[in-house]
Amino acid sequence: MTHSESTAAPHTPAPPSERVPRETTAPERGSLTGRRTAVGEWVAESTLLVISLVSILVLGLIMLFLILEGTPTFSFVSVKEFIGGVLWYPTDEPPAFGILALIVGSFAVTMLSSLISVPSGVMTAIYLSEIAPPRVAEWLKPAIELLASLPSVVIGFFGMVAVAPLMQNLFDIPTGLNLFTASIMLAFMSIPTICTISEDALRSVPITYREASLALGATPFETISRVTVPAALSGITTAIILGMSRAIGETMVVLMVAGGAAMVPESLFDPIRPMPASIASEMGEAPFRGEHYHALFATGITLFLFTIVFNVLAMSVSRRYRLKG
Amino acid sequence: MTFSIQRSIVSGRRGTTQKLWFSLFRVAAAINVLALFAVILFIITRGLSAISWEFLTQMPRNSMTEGGILPCIVGTASLALGALAISFPVGVGTAIYLNEYAGQGRIVSVIRFAIANLAGVPSVVFGLFGLAFFCTVLKIGVSLLAGALTLGVMSLPVIIGAAEEALKAVPDTYREASLGLGASKWQTICRVVVPSALPGILTGAILALGRAAGETAPIMFTGAVFFTPDLPTSVFDEVMALPYHIYVLATAGTHIGETRHLQYGTALVLIALVLGMNLCAIILRSRLRKRSRV
Repeated sequence: MTHSESTAAPHTPAPPSERVPRETTAPERGSLTGRRTAVGEWVAESTLLVISLVSILVLGLIMLFLILEGTPTFSFVSVKEFIGGVLWYPTDEPPAFGILALIVGSFAVTMLSSLISVPSGVMTAIYLSEIAPPRVAEWLKPAIELLASLPSVVIGFFGMVAVAPLMQNLFDIPTGLNLFTASIMLAFMSIPTICTISEDALRSVPITYREASLALGATPFETISRVTVPAALSGITTAIILGMSRAIGETMVVLMVAGGAAMVPESLFDPIRPMPASIASEMGEAPFRGEHYHALFATGITLFLFTIVFNVLAMSVSRRYRLKG
Repeated sequence: MTFSIQRSIVSGRRGTTQKLWFSLFRVAAAINVLALFAVILFIITRGLSAISWEFLTQMPRNSMTEGGILPCIVGTASLALGALAISFPVGVGTAIYLNEYAGQGRIVSVIRFAIANLAGVPSVVFGLFGLAFFCTVLKIGVSLLAGALTLGVMSLPVIIGAAEEALKAVPDTYREASLGLGASKWQTICRVVVPSALPGILTGAILALGRAAGETAPIMFTGAVFFTPDLPTSVFDEVMALPYHIYVLATAGTHIGETRHLQYGTALVLIALVLGMNLCAIILRSRLRKRSRV
């Protein structure tokens, strides 16, 4: 089985991911191999180390440039007004740069979509790992992966031309492009994430747990609900957090389906304008290094911070549960 | 996994509860598969009529209300391949370092932390970064190169993850045998470890290619434009791209209704491309797994 490290078995004494450092099997440097080889080895290792640092460099540069281009915002609007202001009229005279409505929009659509994606994703994972006959699972897993690989613009487009008109007729509302439709479409973008990571977590629960529970007379469902799922709970939590992180950062779906009104939504069927949608649709028109441009980068900082918080949360949940093992 | 509880018979109230929940699990799984097929079938049935040889091989005409999508296909192909050319060497190098050399040191945990967070950065933030760094500071401007660089750094975690998994699957005995024969560590990696992991690494590369081809937000401000009269001739040219073309035709402009069939056609070409690549990767991987099981 090839599990990612974050979902290693919770109670196995020595996680299989604990690997013996390769150094121990390597020959003593310079003992059997000649000096030229030793230099070559050193060059190879150092080059690879430098290459590995690119990831750190990129993440650092992303933060640096968000800050460089975003912080000038706070010379013309205070942090409090920016985060707490409900009015987002970046092109008016005088402009208003308050992103509270965008933040609320992002949260509303993320929460609402997770109401759909969490039960659906976790239940699909349970089906895949605990119930499905191998033959079915063999087909179901690739289908979920294909769902994950559908380009977001295609899901957004499908939401626009197929789901939105349907919603409009079904609920008799002025527009189908709203919070509700966007949440449904967004849910299908985060279900694959939630499902695959949860399934990994469920599969890494030792089989002896299930056998013990069944032997005590529990039904298969009782085994799932009281033994397997609780044992995999931290992995499932990680999955849910990462799924929500994906939903809050997803751009094209909310850009095309959410309606685009920068208001705090009052009902399920109000159009909204989450942060990524605002950035994506306005950056093209914002004058280079103007106030609007900087304000959009500051919105990017806010969005980035939210996803970092989600990711660090997910990492700490999975780490804590690895330590317990 | 040999464990299976499909055919257990439970009677009474506990049996009813179980039946109810198990059917709920089945329904949840079925809905997700149905959603996949609904989207694919919808795009195919609506888009198929727009597909013709002309559609695939001609330039758009009449302010994009007629004609083909050749520049979008060329643009997306060059953006995705360019991104891969950047992310593949860096990603595979990182995976080799992490799996073959790195121990448990602080620098390694920082690298892993960076990769995990890079994977979580929203695509539109990559777009902002590309605009501020590649386009502005490196003075590349809105171009194929800037778009490919942005997509490249975005797909880095995908490649690293896949390559590391492939390297992990190479049995330690291979390495020990090679080292035992007197090969150096680097020789072992080049001639034994990487060749055995190559199919898995290539699977990851295909997945990354598919992801890069389907992304819209990172290229909106860095590489893709509304319309270009010609095909790109250098890496500093702006390009058209399939995902951005769908977005533009479906949301902007005055001919949204008239160009519907073009939108469906473009979406069909895009999902054929992306799903085709992903299917290849999935089939390749399942063959590998079967082979390694023997």
